[in-house]
Amino acid sequence: MEKTFYQQLMQDVRFIEGLKACMNCGVCTAICPAADFYNYDPRIIVDTVQSQDETEIEKLLKSDTIWYCGECMSCSTRCPRGNVPGLIIIALRSLSQDTGYFAKSEKGRQQLAIKRAIGDNILKTGYCVHFDMVKPETHPEQGPVWEWLHKNPEPVFSKIGANYKKPGAGALRQVPEETLLEIKKIFDETGGTERFKKIESFSESKAREMTIDFRSGSTDCDYFNHVFTTNNNTHTH
Amino acid sequence: MKTEGKKNIWAEYQKEIADDHYFYARSCIRQSFFPGSEAVFIKIIREVLGLDIHDEARQTTCTGIGYHSDVIPVETTMTVIARQLSLMGETGYKNLVPSCITSFGLYSEIFNTWHHFPETLEKTREHLRKATGREFEVPENIAHPSDIIFKFRHKIRSKAKHLLVNSKTGKPLRIVEHIGCHYAKMFPHKGVGGAEYPYVLAGMIEAWGGEVVDYPERRHCCGFGFRHYIVMANRGYSIANTKKKFESMEPYEPDAIVCNCPGCPMFLDRWQYAISEMEGKVYSRDGNGIPILTYEEMAGLVLGYDPWVIGLQMHQINSEPLLNKMGICYNPDEKYKGANGENLGTPEKPSVLNCEVCM
Repeated sequence: MEKTFYQQLMQDVRFIEGLKACMNCGVCTAICPAADFYNYDPRIIVDTVQSQDETEIEKLLKSDTIWYCGECMSCSTRCPRGNVPGLIIIALRSLSQDTGYFAKSEKGRQQLAIKRAIGDNILKTGYCVHFDMVKPETHPEQGPVWEWLHKNPEPVFSKIGANYKKPGAGALRQVPEETLLEIKKIFDETGGTERFKKIESFSESKAREMTIDFRSGSTDCDYFNHVFTTNNNTHTH
Repeated sequence: MKTEGKKNIWAEYQKEIADDHYFYARSCIRQSFFPGSEAVFIKIIREVLGLDIHDEARQTTCTGIGYHSDVIPVETTMTVIARQLSLMGETGYKNLVPSCITSFGLYSEIFNTWHHFPETLEKTREHLRKATGREFEVPENIAHPSDIIFKFRHKIRSKAKHLLVNSKTGKPLRIVEHIGCHYAKMFPHKGVGGAEYPYVLAGMIEAWGGEVVDYPERRHCCGFGFRHYIVMANRGYSIANTKKKFESMEPYEPDAIVCNCPGCPMFLDRWQYAISEMEGKVYSRDGNGIPILTYEEMAGLVLGYDPWVIGLQMHQINSEPLLNKMGICYNPDEKYKGANGENLGTPEKPSVLNCEVCM
């Protein structure tokens, strides 16, 4: 028999760690930076999942709501009952990606951009984030000093003791090929590669439905740019 | 700031910090935005404190940014972390020092999960063995680099060339400290001073002559929010949260902000620039903006290192007003030169921030 959403969530250690028994005090909401900014209330998330109402959990999995949390985990410190809404969110997001429901909301669809920008970068370079990928054109907020750095990375990094793109130890070093191969094997063995495939595949179906150009793995196709920049401005107070 | 009651609470959170022989796990964000800080940390450990630290060429990301933006499954993260631990064991180290707060929090979370769910530890061993043939052990000690600087703060003070004191008036400089959410909010006992009264940076500031500024949003997130900065459409979340902190600290007129986390100083630096361009607002009377430091940079300045060798030219907000107050001599002409003194031009001037105050 197919497992319910709640049963699937209960297989996730983050969910077990994050959900004890919520008494709806709302302290998590009071401390939450996302609740301050978005139409978001972690108390309601916890109350919904502990109700075990499958219809409501399915709605959450398809919603923008679960993607509002910034995972700062400030809620972890505050809950008098030891719940961690941030961990529950991580479990919900994981299930939303496994089921493909993430592609049904604007904020959920952004997972494709994150997968290609951060996820693929891990396999290509060994870094989540690397100086080279934070390009001034997609990060205007980085300012003119960042532009100057991007024109002169080698002499500046050399001056301050980094080992930019060179073999051996040090900051911004080139990660050896053998190491990248080990990381790839770990991704294949542990579900990382499978997660990436699911994000690509469900996103491709959604792009087809929305009639937006989709190219596998590219950070320069219409669907990538769409999910990276679209904001319907209905998410905040 | 009244500290009597707080000191009692701090006393409950005196974590164990290894004395020597550290395995350094580098930070993706620190390397990209403040690589000089990691170089300074290693230099202080080896040359000032005379201790041993290993910098491994085969290390990688811990996957933290990917994990907290939810594209990496927990089993993958556990196994990548296990590989890092395998390298640590292979090189003969037992004391892990992750340079990043996200990594520090994630390592702590994974160790906690392995402890509470031993079957996940066994599964991770199996995954790592199958993928790479490697074995690993859980470290004896985990400390953030700031914990180590904190531990040896008095020794650093004894070798100080400059203090966090206004060299003209003799008054302590007023410093805002920002701890970073994942340092102690998830596992308070893992941080010096816990989550309520984290003392790791405050202890450095006090030991080096400065005064810690307490303000209402002291513990608020810097606004990173992982997916909320990575995706352009969400960056309003990031800048709004950072702005909330600036508005809260502005009345206290801090001389500088010092940060624990690799990402936080970048946001507190760049969003000051962005807010000035968007709204014409600057959070310091001199129009420069509030200088930002990493704790390694702060230690480096105290020890008399050249500001342009520790990487202060990578900041958008100029550090010179702070250097001037500390009485630090520096050559402004060297700021934007390369390693061999080559002229690299200068960054374009921002339209609002006042750069003339530096001269």
